[in-house]
Amino acid sequence: MAQHHTPHPQKTHYQAIAMGVSFGGLHSLQTILPKLPATFPVPIMAVQHHDPNGDDFLARHLNSLCAVRVKVAEEKETATAGTVYLAPANYHLLVEDDHTLSLSSDEKVNFSRPSIDVLFESCADVYGESLIGVILTGANSDGSKGMQMIKEVGGLSVVQDPQTAEAATMPESAIAATEIDHILPLTEIAAFLLTIVNPAAKNTSKTNTSCDTL
Amino acid sequence: MDVPVTKRCAVTSRRETEKIEIQLLLEAIFLRYGYDFRQYSKAHIRRRIRRHLELSNMENISAMQHRLLTDYDFFQMLLYDLSINITEMFRNPSFYLVIRKHVVPVLATHPFIKIWHAGCATGEELYSMAILLKEEGLFSRLQFYGTDFNDLVLQKAKEGIIPAKAIQEYTRNYQQSGGTHSFSDYYTARYERALLAAELKKKMLFANHNLVVDQVFGEMQMIVCRNVLIYFGKELQDRVIRLFYDSLCRGGILCLGSRESLRFSSLHDSFKQLVETEQIYQKKY
Ligand SMILES: C[S@@+](CC[C@H](N)C(=O)[O-])C[C@H]1O[C@@H](n2cnc3c(N)ncnc32)[C@H](O)[C@@H]1O
Repeated sequence: MAQHHTPHPQKTHYQAIAMGVSFGGLHSLQTILPKLPATFPVPIMAVQHHDPNGDDFLARHLNSLCAVRVKVAEEKETATAGTVYLAPANYHLLVEDDHTLSLSSDEKVNFSRPSIDVLFESCADVYGESLIGVILTGANSDGSKGMQMIKEVGGLSVVQDPQTAEAATMPESAIAATEIDHILPLTEIAAFLLTIVNPAAKNTSKTNTSCDTL
Repeated sequence: MDVPVTKRCAVTSRRETEKIEIQLLLEAIFLRYGYDFRQYSKAHIRRRIRRHLELSNMENISAMQHRLLTDYDFFQMLLYDLSINITEMFRNPSFYLVIRKHVVPVLATHPFIKIWHAGCATGEELYSMAILLKEEGLFSRLQFYGTDFNDLVLQKAKEGIIPAKAIQEYTRNYQQSGGTHSFSDYYTARYERALLAAELKKKMLFANHNLVVDQVFGEMQMIVCRNVLIYFGKELQDRVIRLFYDSLCRGGILCLGSRESLRFSSLHDSFKQLVETEQIYQKKY
C-alpha cells in the first residue's frame, strides 16, 4: 500500500457524494449540510426515507439553513457542484452516465421508495472510485448493499458512528456488510467531507492510482 | 483498506462489458420484436436487466440475448420486467382534486369528451377518472382509450379487477381526492379480489400502442400520461410530447406525473400550466 501513497494535490479525486439517511435524519442533515460552503466542489445526492405523502418541506427547510443549494431532485437535471439533491417522496433517484438525474417508480426496495440501495448502486456505476458513500442514522438496513457496491468499484465509504446516531441499525448494518473507510461521529462528518473533496487538501485517505498508471 | 488496484481494474472492465452487452441486448430486442428501448433511461434499463438476470438463473446478459431471440415467452417476461407496471387508484389524490376543481369546467365545454390514458398499465387510472367524471356529471359524454405496449397488463385492465387488500388504501385515496359518494359503490368484493363496476367499463377501449413507434390515433380532449416519461431519455420524451400535442384539440388538457414536466420539451411554450401545484397543462388556442 505504501508505494501508492503519492498525493495528487492538483485535482480532487472525488466527483460526487451519495448519502443515505432514515430515522433521525432531519437532525443529522441539519448538523452536516449547513457547514458546507456554497462553493462545495461536488454534488450530493441524498435519500431520506420519509412519509410518502410528505411535500417538499424538508428541502425548503434545509435550503433556508444552508449555503449549499438544497432541492428536490428533478428528472433530467444535471447533478452540479454545490447542490444537494433529495430524492422525492415515492420515487427512486438514479444517476445517468452523463450525470443527469432520473426518477423511477419501480417497486419498493427494502420496503422503501426512495431506496438508498438503488441510489448507491447507480452512483457506483457512474462515478466508480470517484464516489463517496455516506450512511447516517436509520432504523433499517437500506443502503448496506449499496455501500458494498460502492466499495466494489473502489469508492470511499463513510458511516456515522452508531453511538452518535438516533437509530444505530442502519450504520451498524453498513459496517457489518462491507469495509468502511471512516466511521465518524456526526459532528465531524461535515469537516471530513470538506477536507476530502477540497482540491487543495492532501488526499490522505486513499490512493489515486488508476488503471492507466499501471 | 483500499480495494487492490488490479481488482478495481477488473471491476471497470466488467462494467464496460456489461454496457456493451446491454446495448447489444436492446438492439436484439428491437431487431427481433420491434420494441425499442434504446432511448430509455440507461440507469433504469441497467437496473431492470440486472434484476432480470438475477432471477433468471442465466450466466450473463449475452446468454439472455441469445435466449430471447429464439424464445418468445422468455422475451415476454423480460418485457414485463422492463415496463414498470406499478399503478394504483386515485394515485396522488391531490392530482384528482385539481382535476375536479380546474379541469372539469374545461372538459364540460365539450359536447363529446375523448380521454386517452397512455401507458395505462392495469388501468386503475382510467377507472379512477371514470368514477370522478361520473360524479361530476360528465359520464354520458365520455369515451376512454387506455393504451400500453404491454398486452399482459392491458388484459388485466379490461377485466377491471383489483386486489381486495388494496381497497383500504384506494378508499382513503378516493376520499382525499374529493370523492362525493362511497368508494364501495364502485366495486363488488369477492374473496381476495374486487370487481370494478361494469358500468364504468362500458366507456373504455383498450388497445396496444407503443409510444416510441406508433402514431396519433384521434383527436383527444384530454391525454393522461403519468409516470411513463420518467423512463425515457430526453429525445424520446420530446417525440412523445409532440405526439401528444398533435393528438390534442385546441384547449385540450395534458396531464403528466407529479414529478414530470414540460421543462425540457421544445413544445414547452405551446402549452400553459393550468395549476402550479400539479403537472396539468392546456394546449394553447
Ligand atoms: C409506472 S406505469 C404508470 C401507470 C399509470 N400511468 C400510473 O401513473 O399509475 C408505466 C407504464 O408505461 C408503459 N410503457 C412503457 N413504455 C411504453 C411505451 N413505449 N409505449 C406504451 N407504454 C409504455 C409500461 O408498460 C407501464 O405499464
